[in-house]
Amino acid sequence: MTEDAINQNPNENPESQNKPEVSPPASPVGEKTPPIEAKEKVSRRSFLTSATLAWGAFAVATAGILTGAGRFFFPNVLFEPPQTFKAGYPDEYTIGEVSERWKEKFGVWIVREKGMIYALSTVCTHLGCTPNWLGNEKKFKCPCHGSGFRSTGINFEGPAPRPLERYRIVLADDGQIFVDKTKKYQHEKGQWSDSESFIAV
Amino acid sequence: MADPKKKTMFQKIAESQFLKSIFRTGIPHTRRQRMMAVLNNVFLHLHPVRLPKHAVKVKYTWCMGGLSFFVFLVLTVTGILLMFYYRPTVEYAYGDIIDLAEQVPLGIMREIHRWGAHLMIITVWLHMFRVFMTGSYKPPREFNWVIGVLLLVLTMLLSFTGYLLPWDQLAIWAITVGSNMARATPFLGHEGPGAALLAIGDINLVHAASDVRFALLGGRFVGEATLLRFYVLHCIGFPFIIMIFMVVHFWRIRKDGGISGPT
Repeated sequence: MTEDAINQNPNENPESQNKPEVSPPASPVGEKTPPIEAKEKVSRRSFLTSATLAWGAFAVATAGILTGAGRFFFPNVLFEPPQTFKAGYPDEYTIGEVSERWKEKFGVWIVREKGMIYALSTVCTHLGCTPNWLGNEKKFKCPCHGSGFRSTGINFEGPAPRPLERYRIVLADDGQIFVDKTKKYQHEKGQWSDSESFIAV
Repeated sequence: MADPKKKTMFQKIAESQFLKSIFRTGIPHTRRQRMMAVLNNVFLHLHPVRLPKHAVKVKYTWCMGGLSFFVFLVLTVTGILLMFYYRPTVEYAYGDIIDLAEQVPLGIMREIHRWGAHLMIITVWLHMFRVFMTGSYKPPREFNWVIGVLLLVLTMLLSFTGYLLPWDQLAIWAITVGSNMARATPFLGHEGPGAALLAIGDINLVHAASDVRFALLGGRFVGEATLLRFYVLHCIGFPFIIMIFMVVHFWRIRKDGGISGPT
């Protein structure tokens, strides 16, 4: 309430409010009031300006919220095993053995052959299940669709279209095996002879 | 006959303030009143006021659209009941499913939900087949066919997300296999065409922890985060979206000239 309104005598209020309502009919019929209409009319220019500003602000806000909502689905911290790990010393693996030591936690088989150690991915190249190592039959067998792989990772039966992938494997400064899952080596691309796709022992 | 001016008990109840406040039209006697009774009811007003005779011919429509909706309602009710026991965590999920079957009264509830899910896929397919074979997708109903395809996709997404929730070996590996398709999405999947182009120098923008498959799974593999994401999508996300499109679908049947019939 403005001060004027407060200072007014309440008894006079009805009259004072009525007056403006009564006066227009009292004015001569046909009297034109163009100045008021012109004042209230929104010009095309000002309408377009404010509409553009309003819709623009709305669009920016919506885009910002949608972007934030999209980003929301990519957390900054993952409660997953790290992509790199130390897998012990080469002596801990016997020649001709497929080690399942890191299968559960990191999804990696460490295979030691005569002269080399490599890290095989446990992801079947058919549709991504985890094969089992069948020690007696010396092969990996995928339970989902029956793909079979040799201990080297080469596919030989079932629907798998290509060999298992190998991960980057190097010797760390302390002499331990270091496996890096962010870099992979594919046989069909001729990458298994790359220097860091295996450790020579 | 009784005096027509004397009101029967039924009329008295029907014309009481209580019932008239709910059903504003009262007992409909004329065509116009019957029409108003339908239009003034939020549940009935989605339906046409009057039907052509052929619309109730089961031989023509198979009632597959209606049955799909009915099965959806059954799935909604049983699904909500299952939510009272099921906990979407790696620790409890599988045990709760066993618990629902063996310890909770009416252990068939989970099976009704599962069978219902299979049945809904079948009824939706048969509904589509009928609509196709009768040419009911043709103008002016072509847009409603598009809505129907969206409903089909949403039905299958509901089925897919529900598949993971039992958290047994079948569920985990089925979702592993199914979600691997997302790897190959152009530009959005890290093994898809064009993904390698989205890079700044040596740094790939689309990799295993930033692609569309990751957004779906909440991780690089099917794990705890996946179970929770699929649970939320299955129980809230997709049902919400499918209901919006179902409303449009039913509305459009009327707006496109009513249910199609033999010409």
